[in-house]
Amino acid sequence: MGLRRVAFAVVVLLVLVVSTVACGRSTTTSATGDSISGSLTVSAASSLQGAFTDIQGAFIKAHPGVNVTINFGASSTLAQQLIAGAPVDVFASADEATMTKVSDANLLNGQSQIFATNSLEIIVRKGNPSRITTVSDLSKSGVVYVTCAPEVPIGKYSAQVLQKAGVTVKPASLEPDVKGIVAKVTAGEADAGIVYSTDVLATKGAAEGVVLPNDINVTASYPIAALSTSHNLSAAQAWIAFIAGPEGQSILKSYGFGSP
Amino acid sequence: MSRASETQRRSVELHRPPAAIIAIAAIAIAFFALPFIGLLWKVPWSDAWSLLTLNSSLTALRLSIETSLLATALSIFFGAPLAWVLARYGFPGRRIVRALCLLSLVLPPVVGGVALFAAYGRRGLLGDSLFDWFGLRLPFSTAGVVLAQTFIAMPFLVLTVEAALRGLDHRNEDAARTLGASRWYAFRRVTLPAIRPALIAGAVLAWARALGEFGATITFAGNFPGRTQTMPLSVYLALESNPGQALVLSVLMIAISFGVLLGLRDQWLGGSTTNGDSR
Repeated sequence: MGLRRVAFAVVVLLVLVVSTVACGRSTTTSATGDSISGSLTVSAASSLQGAFTDIQGAFIKAHPGVNVTINFGASSTLAQQLIAGAPVDVFASADEATMTKVSDANLLNGQSQIFATNSLEIIVRKGNPSRITTVSDLSKSGVVYVTCAPEVPIGKYSAQVLQKAGVTVKPASLEPDVKGIVAKVTAGEADAGIVYSTDVLATKGAAEGVVLPNDINVTASYPIAALSTSHNLSAAQAWIAFIAGPEGQSILKSYGFGSP
Repeated sequence: MSRASETQRRSVELHRPPAAIIAIAAIAIAFFALPFIGLLWKVPWSDAWSLLTLNSSLTALRLSIETSLLATALSIFFGAPLAWVLARYGFPGRRIVRALCLLSLVLPPVVGGVALFAAYGRRGLLGDSLFDWFGLRLPFSTAGVVLAQTFIAMPFLVLTVEAALRGLDHRNEDAARTLGASRWYAFRRVTLPAIRPALIAGAVLAWARALGEFGATITFAGNFPGRTQTMPLSVYLALESNPGQALVLSVLMIAISFGVLLGLRDQWLGGSTTNGDSR
């Protein structure tokens, strides 16, 4: 009998906890009107890490009431999390195919829009000790080349570049995301990989870039969208507008992104 | 018989924890059980066999078994003597040496991977020497996977065997020696049988840990099918490309780990009969 009473108490407590959480949610979201507030969760491609971290600071200055959290990762991983029900308000992807996946799952609030572009470069070790100047140098024996699996946007783009150049390269590793490629080259364990120009810039000289000629380069378009599951749509839309606006665009430009 | 079972019943009643404790423990059990039940519920059972026998699954499975067994062998070969030294020789700085050898037990495995780069990477302390002397490049190689797994798994064996050696009454060995047994004979006939359960338990734990190693492997050895893509890496990456495959491989890994723990309990307690509840 004592057991039953305790079990009942536990159930009551659980219900209380769950309902308080739910209440907490609804109070933050009901704060609409012209001043936006509450919490905002953004899932963004890992190549956006530097730019979005800066934009986060500028955005909070403009909207002090908003508490912004950004989750960086491979676009494909982030999309997987969204489809599995991760509570996110805004998604910024490194390619349109991944955004389409999320859109096909009926998770977008309205249409996505392109907010930035990025081109590709070969990332090489500091001082370029393997003397890589063209794509065909990647297939030289002794060159340790790392890339990502074709599900990750950069893996797909790299494959396109190699295909356009007619070069076959045996990768040493298929890293989970673009930061993995940069980390292995910066550490000096890999000689080269194909990454976004912005990633090379972000190493601040710890690695170097070899520019790819236009005829084999690929331009990556970055789409952004608010999610239909968002509990704070006004903040989500403000974030997107901020990115598309002059301040957001100038920060993106300083990190090497092109305008849409 | 009735008298005995009556006493037993009463003792069970007396030792039953209070209801509140049982209720909280039940929540804790549900907390552990639910993720696995959820996983079993999500698995596409009708395709399970075909997903499990996909080439990519089998490649990862084979690589995982090979590398984890090698890592276990290395852990026994180096870990048992290490445990012996730590348990029996009081040299200055022993506590520091022990902490150092067990550090990877509590370290985030990714940090372990970065540290392995610093030592065995091609720009690491020994990287160039390894290449010049043996033509060996550990990063991005299967040998690198074994190294990462051994680094993370060996402390499990060391800890288990060291505890057993400390708990051992070495007067038995001394007696054997005074009766004329050689050092090696005393070890083989007295010490080894006494620590055998711990040695097996430690080896199994180390093997299970090596099998599940992710962070140090992906950091140090990268990810390439057939060369460095072990089961955990394959699960992580299949989550994006083929979630069904990831689920089936997860269930397989859980089944292996569960089997190990079930089998281990008897081994660990030396076939316990103390509480009558060792089932």
